[in-house]
Amino acid sequence: MTPLALSGAADSVTGFHESGRLVLRLRDPKAAPQAAADAALIRGPGDAAAASAAGFATAVVIDSGLPSDALPDSMRAARLSARFGYFADGDIIGFDPNSRRLRTLYRRNSSHNSFLITERCNHYCLMCSQPPRNIDDGWILDEIASCVPLIDPATPSIGFTGGEPLLEWQRFIPLLARFRESLPRTRLHILTNGRFFADPQVVQAWAALKNPDLCAAIPVYSSVDAVHDHVVQARGALDETLHGILRLKDKRQRVEIRIVLHALTAPGLVETCRWLARNLPFVDHVALMALENTGFALANQEQLWIDPADYQDDLAQAVQTLREARMKVSIYNLPRCVLPRGLWDYAVQSISDWKNAFLPACEECTEKPQCGGFFSTGRPRFSRAVQPFHTVAATIIACLQPLFEFQRLDEELELCLSCANALNLLI
Amino acid sequence: MTGFAPAEAFAPSGPAELALLPLRFERLSPERYLVANTVGDYLILARNELERIADLDVKPGDGLYEKAYSRNLIGRKGGSGQLQLIALRMRSRMAFLSEPTALHLFVVTLRCEHSCPYCQVSRCSADKTRYDMSEETAMRALAIALSAPPKKLKLEFQGGEPLLNFALVEKIVSAAEEQAPRSGKQVEFVIATNLALLTDEILAFCKQHGILLSTSLDGPQDLHNRNRPRPGANSHQLAVAGIRRSQETLGRDRVGALMTTTEASLDRPEEIVDEYLRLGLDGIFLRPLSPYGFAVKTKWIAGYDAPRWLAFYERGLRHILQINRQGTHFPEFYAAMLLQRILTDRPLGYVDLRSPAGAGLGALVYNYDGKVFASDEGRMLAEMNDRSFELGDVHTDDYRSLILSDKLVNMISDSLAQCAPMCSSCAFEPWCGADPTYHHATQGDYLGIKPLSAFCSRQKGILTLLLDLLGNSQEDAAILRRWVAR
Repeated sequence: MTPLALSGAADSVTGFHESGRLVLRLRDPKAAPQAAADAALIRGPGDAAAASAAGFATAVVIDSGLPSDALPDSMRAARLSARFGYFADGDIIGFDPNSRRLRTLYRRNSSHNSFLITERCNHYCLMCSQPPRNIDDGWILDEIASCVPLIDPATPSIGFTGGEPLLEWQRFIPLLARFRESLPRTRLHILTNGRFFADPQVVQAWAALKNPDLCAAIPVYSSVDAVHDHVVQARGALDETLHGILRLKDKRQRVEIRIVLHALTAPGLVETCRWLARNLPFVDHVALMALENTGFALANQEQLWIDPADYQDDLAQAVQTLREARMKVSIYNLPRCVLPRGLWDYAVQSISDWKNAFLPACEECTEKPQCGGFFSTGRPRFSRAVQPFHTVAATIIACLQPLFEFQRLDEELELCLSCANALNLLI
Repeated sequence: MTGFAPAEAFAPSGPAELALLPLRFERLSPERYLVANTVGDYLILARNELERIADLDVKPGDGLYEKAYSRNLIGRKGGSGQLQLIALRMRSRMAFLSEPTALHLFVVTLRCEHSCPYCQVSRCSADKTRYDMSEETAMRALAIALSAPPKKLKLEFQGGEPLLNFALVEKIVSAAEEQAPRSGKQVEFVIATNLALLTDEILAFCKQHGILLSTSLDGPQDLHNRNRPRPGANSHQLAVAGIRRSQETLGRDRVGALMTTTEASLDRPEEIVDEYLRLGLDGIFLRPLSPYGFAVKTKWIAGYDAPRWLAFYERGLRHILQINRQGTHFPEFYAAMLLQRILTDRPLGYVDLRSPAGAGLGALVYNYDGKVFASDEGRMLAEMNDRSFELGDVHTDDYRSLILSDKLVNMISDSLAQCAPMCSSCAFEPWCGADPTYHHATQGDYLGIKPLSAFCSRQKGILTLLLDLLGNSQEDAAILRRWVAR
């Protein structure tokens, strides 16, 4: 279980004379370059010849075995290890020739592209998967701005994360406007703690984007201030976030509420969702998300770990409460074997492709194609309820389902496996 | 990496950092208290818990802090997010006010061939044509109705028995359909009829114009016929036949029925409910007698008090829940309305239970002679020379002069539950409403002294019953929530 390498260093670099960071779009070597940032993606001698014939000035070479004379002297080149073999036509990387460092910024074939806007944050969440750093990283916004014209306009959606992206809202919101101009059909999903929206100026600028495909995804971890503020490590956070959400909805902007489930939030989940249903029924979507065991979540494991099997009854009740209020709800980051069958329809294959993985046991599971699987990041921890479905058992469970609505799945499985054994005996 | 602060660092240091949000409480039993805010978030607490909340003697981790904070009963001093939530939910609950007077009742005739002793509106024998509304009066009334603000209007034909003057109903419907689009309105029609005089022609007309039928059905045959006498003593047979024919021709959802509880009904809630179920009606509205018109004259209104009615209601509701438990969706409509107020902030402008009152603001009544009333019951009071609810006349008034008349403004402001004595401090207030007509009729005062009001006793009784079911019976609670979820 290892995530895709989204950053690393080139094995060698030749011909680059620029001093700063570059943005490169990787292209099929047979097609002519369309932008100065286009670099031929070369995997063998044939590609090298094609790239030089097509007039590429830059090459990104995946196959380190390529002879050094396969490329013309005039072509600048970065050689990468096979870890980056997943690169494909249309992908975009950020590259610093001096340090040889590179980062994957965009993968055209992925439906989980997201840009990190800043590592700085005004929260310090106990389970943060991207621990904030107080550094001067304003260059990131410039780098993303130079990516915008290179992104395939057919991209269905792009996420923006941090840190807190709105810390630099005066630069970030105009960047969102450039995305809209260049990618008018792409949904833009911004992970933000929402506190900046308490400022009417920020909401004004946001609403002025007039982008119906723009969504602010805002965490609300509890209906109780002391719990939410503790989780995000900031006093007064819930109150300010609430103001932000209300101002956004007042301007008819899309808002998603995100609740990460762990030992501090899961016990209050039913009450939190009852509160959401009553106080914020007008938000566009609620995402109930299992914990990604990485970043700060590792440091705070003692406080945060709860086996997801232990909150399934509450999760079912929470979903029902939201549905009764006619709210849209999804469950993220939980495999089917952990979820009661009644919740399967709400479970989304949410884990970004680059960090989504399955266990060896999953290979035999009949539900795998529809399953969300696991995070491969950090130190994955698995629920005791994880186990594969088999065809006979799955069929019997389906038959018995009306009897076991919202019951715990592991109990069902045990029972159904004994049914299956009984069946075998009969046959 | 800097360290993480413990939970205590985010907890209030003590009562000085906390604040009570606007809340009210009511004792339900010696040990149990209802504590609710102005938008109906509530908790049912033991006395010492209520005292701890009042003293702000709560802290995160004790369970009570979490419950009270989530229900917007307490907040952090200096915080304002919760007050914003309460304010916007209040606005949502009151949103029915943005569509004033969507309902217009036309008393097309006062004549009726029934002679129900509990009739809350006046009636007279069927042959006196002088009690029919004239076409000229009807057209004036229609003009007023069409000048009311809402885009969607409901015109309801009342009587007496409106089928006795069906020719006028046809004329009003045709005129409304012709005129409504010109002012950008959509109109829906309802005929409140006992169905005894239903003909194929009338049904065909209803079908053609999408008219809804609302009838009266008091229960099984003997009870119904006792309550609703007519020549031939066949009211029940005719009503049942009429319901069946209407269901067939118009569709099951196009005909509804209302029942009235008389003293003779009190022991028979199950039979009454079953009769509705048997006829394929989509629910039932268990209604008490109203203290107007013949119900007072015949003293039927004195046949039972609020506690006896509540016992009847509870038996009926429990029977209905039993039916629902067996898989049939069959709501009690009054409970469903109260539950919408308890469980949601969706606006509910039901004219008989809202504050500001529905009189005039929710509905206007055009009497056969052109007088305009703030409520259906108000016209009976006028027959008895009490003109308190008579707002004007279709021949001399327009929508504006009626709705801004001193009579109406006073009636509504005097009865406003949100700031009335005994109501403004009542924990049930967000779920309740004002009933100026009832209190005027029974106490000679729009507001009324609530401890003397049977309206108030019934409201508190039903609401307490519903809270009990929601809190103490999971299966019933699930059914009650389904009635609201739609």
